[in-house]
Amino acid sequence: MKQWLHPGFWLTLLIVLALGLAPVFTRNAGLRETGFTILLAISMAVSLNIIMGYTGYVSFGHVVFYGLGGYTGMYLIDTWGAPLPLAVLGGGATSALLAFGLGKAILRLRGAYFALATIGVNEAVRTFVANFKPFGGPTGIELQFSVYKQYGGAADALWLTYYGVIAISVFAVIFSYYIKTSKFGLGLMSIREDEDAAEVMGVITPDAKTMAFVFSAFLPGMLGVLFFFKNGNVEPADAFRLGFSIESLVMIMLGGQGTLLGPVIGALGYQRLRGLLLTSDAMIGSLPLKDFQLVIAGLLMLVIILFIPAGLVGWLRQKFAFLRRILV
Amino acid sequence: MNAGMILTSLVDGLLIGVVYGIAAMGLNLIWGVMRVINLAHGALISLGMFGVYLLFSGLGLNPYLSLVLVALLGLLMGVLIYVIAIQRVINAPYLSTLLATFAINMIIIGLGTAAFTTTPRDIGFSLGNVELGPLTLQGTRLVAALVTLTVTAILYTFLYRTRTGKYIRAVSNNRAAAELMGIPSARILALSFGIGTMLAAIAGGLIATFFSFTILSGDLYQQKSFIIGVLGGLGNPLGALVGGLILGVLEGVLPLTMPNTWVPVIEFVLFIVILLVKPSGLLGGKK
Amino acid sequence: MSMLLQVQGVTKRFGGLQALTQVTFDLPKGQIFGLIGPNGAGKTTLFNTINGVYHPEEGRILFQGKDVTQMHPYHLAKMGMARTHQIVRPLNELTVRENVMVGACFGHENQSLGKAAKIADETLDFVKISGRSDQLAGSLNVAQKKRLEMARALAAHPRLLLLDEVLAGLNPSEIDGMIQMVLDIRAQGITIIMIEHLMKAVMNVSDRILVLDYGEQIAEGSPSEIANHPKVIEAYLGDPKLAEKLMEED
Repeated sequence: MKQWLHPGFWLTLLIVLALGLAPVFTRNAGLRETGFTILLAISMAVSLNIIMGYTGYVSFGHVVFYGLGGYTGMYLIDTWGAPLPLAVLGGGATSALLAFGLGKAILRLRGAYFALATIGVNEAVRTFVANFKPFGGPTGIELQFSVYKQYGGAADALWLTYYGVIAISVFAVIFSYYIKTSKFGLGLMSIREDEDAAEVMGVITPDAKTMAFVFSAFLPGMLGVLFFFKNGNVEPADAFRLGFSIESLVMIMLGGQGTLLGPVIGALGYQRLRGLLLTSDAMIGSLPLKDFQLVIAGLLMLVIILFIPAGLVGWLRQKFAFLRRILV
Repeated sequence: MNAGMILTSLVDGLLIGVVYGIAAMGLNLIWGVMRVINLAHGALISLGMFGVYLLFSGLGLNPYLSLVLVALLGLLMGVLIYVIAIQRVINAPYLSTLLATFAINMIIIGLGTAAFTTTPRDIGFSLGNVELGPLTLQGTRLVAALVTLTVTAILYTFLYRTRTGKYIRAVSNNRAAAELMGIPSARILALSFGIGTMLAAIAGGLIATFFSFTILSGDLYQQKSFIIGVLGGLGNPLGALVGGLILGVLEGVLPLTMPNTWVPVIEFVLFIVILLVKPSGLLGGKK
Repeated sequence: MSMLLQVQGVTKRFGGLQALTQVTFDLPKGQIFGLIGPNGAGKTTLFNTINGVYHPEEGRILFQGKDVTQMHPYHLAKMGMARTHQIVRPLNELTVRENVMVGACFGHENQSLGKAAKIADETLDFVKISGRSDQLAGSLNVAQKKRLEMARALAAHPRLLLLDEVLAGLNPSEIDGMIQMVLDIRAQGITIIMIEHLMKAVMNVSDRILVLDYGEQIAEGSPSEIANHPKVIEAYLGDPKLAEKLMEED
């Protein structure tokens, strides 16, 4: 139980809570929208870190769980009139189920083969959903405006989804830390370091990897429902955007994979930078700076990978021994 | 549906499949030699498209002459990318090279979008149609397939008949052993990345002669390259041509039996299944 | 006498290569069993087959009377089999203590984290690297990594311990320390199979010895029987250095 006294855990939790609650106290809708984007990114990165940072399996298909969960939730709301919390759980459960089914098969692949397979899975599901009639085929699902009435109208529904994303990101941090400091987490990290040696020491690797994949998939499944409920509609191209997966990877790399704080800081930093670039009025020659958002993000990523591969938190921990007791 | 239509779809599929094959060949060569999955591949295909487009519509240069220039530029660009972004992390965990190449992809796409926007471009070049019995084929596609086969033949000769080509194969087989034998692996790796990029640029340039495109189009062909790569065996450059033919035939024939939108579903499911069952590819022998 | 491990007619092939041919032996509880043979004789392959990394094409392996031929390494670990690797495999980015905890947590006894930490500290003390507990495993030197391998295996409190060349690469005083450690482990009631190239060591500590040559079992017996076995001498004559070492025993 003493792991719950670790300052690194509380630091991470406080950052997420402070970010999350600022818009609640100011009742500022603009801040709330920024907050939603940042908390969504944090939860995506923290959940991806379970399979990537702890277990060492780099998934390019994290967005498939977000998209499929989102679709399932929207379907439950639109067709069955399910209340939002139930739809959110339904989305999470469906993604967890997909991860369970897939896990046994594709987690046998190692290294880049696994990474490639995850891209394939995302594309297969995306193209399938675009043909799947109950999910609206290529045009997706659009919610009736009346759906929001039971939540006190559109404005209140937006606040409701925001509370939802706060709850999920707080849960994500606690859950991620729990895994990291648990026996199960020790098994995952032994797989990351040397899978064959882990097997010899008794880690039942196929089961451990699959469970890590399932845990990693449950959160984005719930997040997808919140996002698309708030959005009002869901389409294949938005739900299964490979770029979103890769952004989550970048956020983890920025902050430091395998750490608790890293994905949080990485997501926050990445989204802040993106926000700044998108709203900047500066010009490069005759073109606005915001046109170069992607270029700058790419350059930043390249510099991190080439020069600080451990990410910010990893680098700080390597550089300053005393920080190892404060940052996890 | 008559026999002529089926035959035309089939041959059309084969011609385009050959061009897909050359894109995949670049991806496969890079994977084979240095175990890097090049996520900038699609962006480089797009650059090839714009290269031919700009030389043709800007300077009035014949597209096939432009292609030669584009190929050379592609080679140089590939070497440059290797030196800047890959060399430092070539021995790091594979995530590093995946993300490094993806960063390059973002930079190219970002610059390309700023420069060219995402409005579709069309090169507006035609060689008319060729009638062969019941077949009607677009001239540009026929020439593209011929160019591809020529490039493949040159690549094959280069890899198997020249000293540098043998070095590339040696590094691909076992880099440590090749280094012990005095092969300059750093230069060979840079050159291989250059050739891989050149093949992507050529594929893009050829596709631009018969399809419209944007800076984002390369992404689609990158995905096809992955599928082809796995069909023909990752790391096997010549297998890519066969993989391309298989994909081309699937894309030519499947739409006759099912709605067009189901074709990519089949392709990606096939991709995953082959990865799981036989990651060395349908043609690959050993693992 | 009850048999801890029974290997019955085990044959393993890789493609056309016959790595093990009809290997058969019984191992009673509490013994130190030496496994020797020239390089490439199939010793490590035999270890990999016993602990489930490979599955043999023919034959059976019984561990504590149970057929384990088709089991995976983790099943065998849970049943009480532990091993070290010839080329050390530390979990580099984990601390030394965490490395050892993996063995305690997931091996034979399936301990909780708290209990595993205690066992890890005791085991690190036993292998004499307790001063390094909080260091990353990747930062140890080779001799320390060998001790870490040993500690990880021991922390599971196994019934059978497979040691793959734990003496290789150590200097003479380290070797003496390690040999003493092996004897101490046996004194705790743990049965040991050890692959070793250092003949003197094997001859001194083993109760019985099995000799492999090109995957074939050419002799099995007490150290003195093995030292005088004509086939063994013949096999080792192909490797003069080893033959010389063998002669030193007399």
